[in-house]
Amino acid sequence: MTKNLRVKSSEYIDETNRISFKFNGRTYHGFKGDTLASALLANNVHLVGRSFKYHRPRGIMTSGSEEPNAIVQVNPGTNRTEPNVRATEVEIYEGLDASSQNCWPSVEFDIGGINNFLSPFFPAGFYYKTFMWPASFWEKYEFFIRHSAGLGKSPSSSDPDIYDHRNIHCDVLVVGAGISGILAAKNAAKNNFKTLLVDEKNELGGSTIFENNEFNKIDNKTPSEWLKKEIKELKNIKNLEIKTRTSVAAYHQYNYLLARENLTDHLEAKDKKNKIRQRLLKIRARKVILATGALERPLIFNNNDRPGIMLSSAIKKYSEFYGVACGSKNVFFTNNDSAYESALSLYNKGINVEAIIDIREQSESKIVKKVKEAGIKVYWSHTIVDTAGYKRLNGISIMKLSNDGTSVTGSKIFISCDCLGVAGGWTPAVHLYTQSGSKLKFDEEKQIFLPNQNTSEQMSVGSCGGDFKIDEIVKNLNQKLKDNLNIKETDLDNIKVEIDQENSKRNIWLLPSDKPLGKTKPFVDYQNDATAKDIKLALREGFRSIEHVKRYTTTGMGTDQGKLGNMHALGIIADTAGVKMGELGTTTFRPPYTPLTFGTIVGRNVGKFFDIFRRTPMNDWHVKNKAEFENVGQWKRAWYYPINGETMHQAVQRESKAARESAGILDASTLGKIDIQGSDASEFLNRVYTNAWSKLAIGKCRYGLMLNEDGMVYDDGVTTRLGENHYIMTTTTGGAANVLGKLEDYLQTEWPELDVYLTSVTDHYATASLCGPNSKKILKKIIPDLDLSDENFPHMSFKEAKIGNVQCRIMRISFTGEHSYEINVQASYGKDLWEKCMEAGQEFNITPYGTETMHLLRAEKGFIIVGQDTDGTMTPIDLQMDWIVSKKKYDFIGKRSLYRSDTMREDRKQLVGLLTDDPNIVLEEGAQIVSELNQNPVEMLGHVTSSYFSPNLNKSIALAVVRGGKDMMGKKLFVPMENKNINVTVANPVFYDEKNKRLNV
Amino acid sequence: MFLINCPYCGERDQQEFKAGGEAHIERPKQPTELSDDEWAEYLFMRKNIKGVQFERWNHSHGCRKWFNMIRDTSNDEIKAIYKMGEKPPSQ
Ligand SMILES: [Zn+2]
Repeated sequence: MTKNLRVKSSEYIDETNRISFKFNGRTYHGFKGDTLASALLANNVHLVGRSFKYHRPRGIMTSGSEEPNAIVQVNPGTNRTEPNVRATEVEIYEGLDASSQNCWPSVEFDIGGINNFLSPFFPAGFYYKTFMWPASFWEKYEFFIRHSAGLGKSPSSSDPDIYDHRNIHCDVLVVGAGISGILAAKNAAKNNFKTLLVDEKNELGGSTIFENNEFNKIDNKTPSEWLKKEIKELKNIKNLEIKTRTSVAAYHQYNYLLARENLTDHLEAKDKKNKIRQRLLKIRARKVILATGALERPLIFNNNDRPGIMLSSAIKKYSEFYGVACGSKNVFFTNNDSAYESALSLYNKGINVEAIIDIREQSESKIVKKVKEAGIKVYWSHTIVDTAGYKRLNGISIMKLSNDGTSVTGSKIFISCDCLGVAGGWTPAVHLYTQSGSKLKFDEEKQIFLPNQNTSEQMSVGSCGGDFKIDEIVKNLNQKLKDNLNIKETDLDNIKVEIDQENSKRNIWLLPSDKPLGKTKPFVDYQNDATAKDIKLALREGFRSIEHVKRYTTTGMGTDQGKLGNMHALGIIADTAGVKMGELGTTTFRPPYTPLTFGTIVGRNVGKFFDIFRRTPMNDWHVKNKAEFENVGQWKRAWYYPINGETMHQAVQRESKAARESAGILDASTLGKIDIQGSDASEFLNRVYTNAWSKLAIGKCRYGLMLNEDGMVYDDGVTTRLGENHYIMTTTTGGAANVLGKLEDYLQTEWPELDVYLTSVTDHYATASLCGPNSKKILKKIIPDLDLSDENFPHMSFKEAKIGNVQCRIMRISFTGEHSYEINVQASYGKDLWEKCMEAGQEFNITPYGTETMHLLRAEKGFIIVGQDTDGTMTPIDLQMDWIVSKKKYDFIGKRSLYRSDTMREDRKQLVGLLTDDPNIVLEEGAQIVSELNQNPVEMLGHVTSSYFSPNLNKSIALAVVRGGKDMMGKKLFVPMENKNINVTVANPVFYDEKNKRLNV
Repeated sequence: MFLINCPYCGERDQQEFKAGGEAHIERPKQPTELSDDEWAEYLFMRKNIKGVQFERWNHSHGCRKWFNMIRDTSNDEIKAIYKMGEKPPSQ
């Protein structure tokens, strides 16, 4: 059994609350407050995964969201499973099950591990070079790659959890609750700014909360003690909202940020139920204060990736915050003072620190002296040239570093150890800053990228702004707060800070070994297994742009976006190419900063909330009468009403016959309706429709065609004149919103002088369309006192009437060619109207019909449907509707375009009727039409736009657009299909009742 | 996602608005008098500048009003917003 490395009680770990969890099938114990990583380390488990390409054993490296190695699958095999989760961010709970991701068949025995020994064959660009050819083999390669280098598994059933979105508007958003963030938020809120403070961790305080360097003091307290007191005071501050476990994923322009608030991931299954799992915060902030801190850099040396090699700061956090020793024989490797703090932290708890390897020549700081006094051996000007141990580090070899830092000299010293803390200095976390569009500048002295050109109301404070020492942090933060928030006094004015001044640093991006580079493995990107060697190879092969090198070597392209190694990659490129870092530029950091779940992104917009449905007031009746529905835009429209197990074809044939023989009824409520009022309403219609409107009498209806300015048909419908200055326009169901938008556009921008007001009333009215030879008798039964004679109420006219007490508008208009009425009532009476019609029509066998029958009936009459028989390239002339285009009107939308040379061509596609020689063959809509079968290539003349079997004509009919079709009446053409050629004849598109006699039956 | 200061409603999220192409292209008063080329110039030719551009915008999910915007298309900075019919503010 493993040994317990819990060395000290911590106030953040509840040792009374023991938790059992599984990792790779084995049960371990930890405590409430542990992360998966800290609990595993306490159980002396370092090996947690395999690297992507070489399958080298990898261990936990960090204690935060930058973790490249400890990527796990949480709760595998369940519908809550999640891949690519960082063990350093998973808070353990009873029943947690996690497994390593990138290994097969197991982390201990990994078949892909052989790649490590084949590594000379896996250079940079290996995948590009090898798997690109032949292209047909890609599927096989992909299978192999995916199987042996799994990228985690997505759940196979739907997500049981609830997700949410919330909009937040605040004056000041502070990202990061380390010392800078806390002080910034506190002072902003105290000065009456509505402030939001977010941090990705479950506890406030960042790294300062466990900062116990005795040589740094704030008001005579250790930074840790002092900050705890500050945090306690936050509770009493008004205007301040604090969100922990909240990670800002994206920082967009105009200070719009997206953050993920994690609410239940740390709870056991039974406590997750019925709670919101994660919430996407959409934050609009007047000012953004970035206090995102800094990430410790590793050092790049030969075999720097063995389990047991960690960041020095992570070792300190595990020791101070979680009370866990990461090893029993520890060594540190550093280029600055911070490793000495970690070493002392272990030493003070009685944990063995074997040595510190420092590439600097010396350091005079107090903490270094203290370490020396403690008897810890420091090797100055030394570097690690190799490490040993396969699944766990067991030792390092060190040598003396040459003065210029490019080679090693002297003899090799071997130091045995099981844990190595690496400290390569600090990289400001500027990811969010650059996402906002702001620009960085490279500081050659500090060797870091720093915020330079702000593009929005923002400031970077603390170490993400380049201030690493507490005295600098407090001083600069104070000044920035005063300047940016316009405040005169802050809490920070009177803070007394003492610090350990010396903090020298020696930066070497790639540390030398006694072996040539080609024989070493200095990893730069751990997750994608890119080494310094790969980067140099890419440069030798001619890559220069950092963006190209990144893609070619895959450096920085893992789920961690190269948070640890990007700087080294840049440094190695700069050194090799002999250019300055500042000239090289940096790669782009893209959102999200840490991965987001799909659930968080979609929030509540799943299932029936994915998109809006619009239903008509008669919808319940249609459902009750077993209608099949079709989607028309967002509308659910009754499609057909099958009875006794009818197929769609059977139902439509029956409905179509009934509508012509006796009576049919259609729910036409979805048609767009626009109320038009104003003294210039007639003039307005004149300008937007192709035909003339001034002379339309009150109480009359007229069909209108609307064009785009390019002359192409845009929409159509019947408009009725209700009064001198009052019209009601109908539009197609799908076009309603766009037509209103277009009319408003002209009215507001081109013709503001017109006195016209437009209001959408589509949802205000329900419409039943009653049609067929018996429709008049049915209407008479419903409204006995309305004179329905052709003299009083002719075709294309309108009457206002009452059904009982309900006011209604009746238009005698027809889209089927039959005698018919469109009855409009207030939407809330729609179902009632429908039921009244059905009841009155019973003796006439009134038949409800849906959109499919409507389409068939209008096709028999050759009436177009905009969007089906037109496609944005058809003029009214192309549709053979010349009759509707006014020659007299000086102008209307699209008129000029009808006289462009291209729109006047005789060989444009024109709308015609098509009849199949065999009347039983129904053409496929969309089928191509040709005149010659033996041409090569065959010339396409056009295509079928509408096609049905007409029960009233007992033959198949079709509408089509055919090049030059206008002059082809009677011509034989062909519709070639997959296994037959169909003979067709061009015909008049009006197949039924050409003389319109049935309108007055 | 930017914030747009609708001249009628005030500051609103970009989601509520619809872009309407280049501004200050007036529909010819006498289209029939124009040659095909002149009409095509009005109908089809738009600038699509990288940099400062004059645009039409519509508060489609708000007051439905059209207005003009001067926007730098390279960084989405909105330089000015003014009503239809108004002259662009001098910069
Ligand atoms: Zn508005």
